[in-house]
Amino acid sequence: MGVGIEVMTLNAWYGANHTLQDINLNIPANHATALIGPSGCGKSTFVRCLNRMHETNPIARVTGTVRIGDLDIYNDAKPVEIRRRVGMVFQRPNPFPTMSIYDNVAAGLKLNGYSNRKVLDEIVEKSLKNSALWDEVKDDLKKKSGASLSGGQQQRLCIARALAVDPEVLLMDEPASALDPVSTSKIEDLIFQLKSQYTIVIVTHNMQQAARVAEKTGFFLNGRMVEFDSTHKIFTNPSDKRTEDYITGRFG
Amino acid sequence: MRARMRTATDGMATGLAILSTVLVVAPLIAIFIYLIFKGASSLSIDFFTKLPKPEGEVGGGMSNAILGSAVLLGLASLIGVPIGISGGIFLAEFGRGTKLANAIRFTADVLNGVPSIVMGVAVYALIVYHEKHFSALSGGIALGIMMIPTVTRTTEEMLLMVPHAVREAALALGVPNWRSVLSITVKTASPGIITGCMLAFARVAGETAPLLFTALGNSNYSTNLNEPIAALPLQIYTYALSPYDDQHRLAWGGALILIVLIVTAVSLVRYVTSRGVLKGAS
Repeated sequence: MGVGIEVMTLNAWYGANHTLQDINLNIPANHATALIGPSGCGKSTFVRCLNRMHETNPIARVTGTVRIGDLDIYNDAKPVEIRRRVGMVFQRPNPFPTMSIYDNVAAGLKLNGYSNRKVLDEIVEKSLKNSALWDEVKDDLKKKSGASLSGGQQQRLCIARALAVDPEVLLMDEPASALDPVSTSKIEDLIFQLKSQYTIVIVTHNMQQAARVAEKTGFFLNGRMVEFDSTHKIFTNPSDKRTEDYITGRFG
Repeated sequence: MRARMRTATDGMATGLAILSTVLVVAPLIAIFIYLIFKGASSLSIDFFTKLPKPEGEVGGGMSNAILGSAVLLGLASLIGVPIGISGGIFLAEFGRGTKLANAIRFTADVLNGVPSIVMGVAVYALIVYHEKHFSALSGGIALGIMMIPTVTRTTEEMLLMVPHAVREAALALGVPNWRSVLSITVKTASPGIITGCMLAFARVAGETAPLLFTALGNSNYSTNLNEPIAALPLQIYTYALSPYDDQHRLAWGGALILIVLIVTAVSLVRYVTSRGVLKGAS
């Protein structure tokens, strides 16, 4: 089951660059929340702060509080524990090139020392079914490399890989921006199904996509969160002039 | 007119590329043909099974040198490959940008340029001189040290070629950094790392100079690491300088076998590693 995310006065830096300034936000459990905004506005940095991937960059720094469920992720836990609870799907599909489809999905469990064959088989099947890839790959799970799939299939493989470690939250950083329209709509269908089980945060450049998949939408601009409200309100009657300018295509 | 010009330019460029390829491959083929011409006639069952005959007598083989080379190269790989790969992993993954890493990289590059005879003398001074006897162990150490810089630098380069996205994928799954490096990054780079090891192996397989002061040579079988041991390049060197025709004959045979062994070892490893890679992997 998903859990809610509570963000209080989050600030983040890359070197001297203050990329996120005083972000306050409550992301509801078991819903999809979209983050929109022009390039470089900080939305990717923001999701990377939610699973502590931001700090893997040696020049990056972060302050503030993020609660995922009951867990204060910057004070109560190690990064690796948080990343198991908060899955992530990246902009470009990044399957492990030397691994089979099966091993790609099982990677998170295997690399954390899990080796019960029967349970792994079940989890791999379940995760691939959840990511709507099972029917396309079930016959060559161990024969084919993850890199041999098409771009859209690779991205669903990456979603399966993230789901296999049984996270509570799924972060998606522009998951469909490198895909064709058919693959994109498959990913969107998937988000629709997954949000009953997981809390989903999706960064997107595509405003129609945000409108299609998310109940809540946040608009980021220059490292600040300008507006956060129900998707319907953001796209029909935003409170802030800048949001309106952005969604009507006046800039960005 | 223009189309014809383009075709002509294209033809010229292709011709140049083919010519260059021939020039690259020609020396190897020439050496190989010459060695077969000179050495094939002396290859017999005896060559692989018999010990060398005393000087002046006809017949005998180089079985001791073949065995000795195998022992020395095995020892060298046991030393050079793990140290080299660990060094490369440190440079690419853990020490990036640190002073220590820069110092190691510089040392490896210098070590790579150290003439092999100097390596032999150094190991002689450090080990043989104190132990007061020549030994297979010291020979293996000399060859092993020579393998380290090549293995380290190729490992580093291959690891740096692994896309950042692949590392991030592992970290985002909650895999600890060390585990991600060993199980994902190194594994992804492994074909290149293995090629680097093979290059280092092939390079030291033919080394004579470092063995002159360390392994020394032995006209009998030996697998005792504390005794002098025979080696193909050493035996070739000794025989080529000798005044006896029959030893010249053996030297040619030895040179042929040495080349065949290196080509076989490299092809075998390439074959085995390429089979391990799944279909469609990029």
